[in-house]
Amino acid sequence: MLEQLEGSQAVARGVGMCRPEVIAAYPISPQTHIVEKLSDMVRTGEIDPCEYLMVESEFAAMSACIGASATGARTYTATASQGLLFMAEALYNASGLGLPIVMTLANRAIGAPINIWNDHSDSMSQRDSGWIQLFAETNQEAVDLHIQAYRLAEELSLPVMVCMDGFILTHAFEQVDLPGQEQVDSFLPPFEPRQMLDPADPMTIGAMVGPEAFTEVKYLMHARQLQALDEIPQIAADFTETFGRESGGLVRGYQLEDAETVVVALGSVLGTIEDVIDDLREQGVKIGALAIRCFRPWPIDEVREALQGKDRVIVIEKAFAVGAGGIVGQDVRLALSGCESTVYDVVAGLGGRPITRKSLGKLFDDVLEGRMKPDRLHFLDLKKDVVEREINRLENGKSPGPHAENILRDIGTVASDSH
Amino acid sequence: MFQVRIHGRGGQGVVTASELLSVAAFDEGRHAQAFPTFGSERTGAPVVSFCRIDDKPIRSREPVSHPDAVIIQDPTLLHQVDLFGGLDPDGYILLNSERGFDELGMEEFIAGFRPERVRTIPATAMAREHLGRPMPNSVLLGGFAGLCDMIELDAVTQALRDRFPGKLGDMNTTAATVACEYVQASLAEASSSRPGSVHA
Repeated sequence: MLEQLEGSQAVARGVGMCRPEVIAAYPISPQTHIVEKLSDMVRTGEIDPCEYLMVESEFAAMSACIGASATGARTYTATASQGLLFMAEALYNASGLGLPIVMTLANRAIGAPINIWNDHSDSMSQRDSGWIQLFAETNQEAVDLHIQAYRLAEELSLPVMVCMDGFILTHAFEQVDLPGQEQVDSFLPPFEPRQMLDPADPMTIGAMVGPEAFTEVKYLMHARQLQALDEIPQIAADFTETFGRESGGLVRGYQLEDAETVVVALGSVLGTIEDVIDDLREQGVKIGALAIRCFRPWPIDEVREALQGKDRVIVIEKAFAVGAGGIVGQDVRLALSGCESTVYDVVAGLGGRPITRKSLGKLFDDVLEGRMKPDRLHFLDLKKDVVEREINRLENGKSPGPHAENILRDIGTVASDSH
Repeated sequence: MFQVRIHGRGGQGVVTASELLSVAAFDEGRHAQAFPTFGSERTGAPVVSFCRIDDKPIRSREPVSHPDAVIIQDPTLLHQVDLFGGLDPDGYILLNSERGFDELGMEEFIAGFRPERVRTIPATAMAREHLGRPMPNSVLLGGFAGLCDMIELDAVTQALRDRFPGKLGDMNTTAATVACEYVQASLAEASSSRPGSVHA
């Protein structure tokens, strides 16, 4: 049923319809509304049977999910930012053991400096953890991806992280078509674990593996994640058949056909990008976009297929590898190796800085007019004067103090403005 | 697309106001998107929320920098925040104050806007009277329905009843209705006192 509601409420209700049996979570902004709602749904019996564990930390949340999943329970958790880092060790255990846990990541920046706002540095920090990473563009897609995530996780026995932009999606009210319980039940069969801890039939999960077999276990982990590249489009097609709308998949093109320039991005910023593309199309600019909906495993063939032959590829990402450059950008270059396309790496929206149509328009214009160098990392809307003042301070003082505090003093109190 | 920006302080229901406005627009069959700018939430700190309303799906997620309407829940923000940034001369202004624009020293500024699209309303006093607490958001939403054709009072009161069941919903509905009537009466009075506009 079509409803106007908050993204977090929509996701919680979607997860509830997936009939999780164990939810273990620790609240952290901007994930809090999701787990608050779920704990309420368990309390009132809306999700039943289900055990909600209010654990003492994110490490405990993931550890509890691992234990529950290993006993054959459908499990769920959600976190963000520092919370994801705190569960990092357990994330690798979940994927290494092949446990089909589904987690919502309400994307938020990682400190220091501490920052509660949105970017993708949390999910990108765990891109190599062996979890599948799906990115939602809208709250509708966030709901749909959770339903697909359980199917995918349980078919492959792998954990799946559904990434949705913190605040921008989690706290946005917009219309969402929430499916009916019967539809979800018909799409998502009961969980049949590949491996299960059962007192009646004792076994071990998580043996120590030495040099004699570690590589082989890891190879199989890689091979199984690559299988997801075949599974995800199939599951998305099944989803469309059951629910009557398109959602998920590996990548999604927008105005790609005749595009000479393509903007690549992940998550909710695609909507704003598409509006800018429409404006430019009206002026006759052949520009399009490619949404990366599945970032791990990396859909290298689909990305290459979508981008090869394009003159310019602009990768806009909300995280970067400090001291190296773009993260998604590097993967895009890999997909395009041997192709002629020029790839531009642009970091945008760090720590919640709004990505505006105006700034995007100027960026695309700069690329099209040849004012951007492709061989270096660009920071959208970087306040160069602020950076220069701080560099001067560094060069001219013996003990210049911390950047964050210096810059905050420099720019003064910013009253709540349009951002 | 019609874009609304709501300014207020933490604790005044600024975020709830934009959410309710989006629900009201949705109930009228339109697409709507509401979202806040969040800081580390502190009672009393300046807060902004946004609501976009359109007949087609809304894709952009940037903050509203060029609003069609500005609703101000707290007049003490006037000298602190750029409340009217990006507002077109055809835009709407609804300001919570017991005083008129002239008494607030805003006469000259307000003269740049269409007189039938700008109003002050004693929303805090009305909220005290009808809700028993100084929570101006429902009052302002009702007032906004009176000021601007974009949203109907019925949709606002329906959204209020959905959000606040029972007696609280009744109280909020009354507050919004009184506010709507207040603004409409003020508009009617202005239009009847305008030279040449009556008894033609």
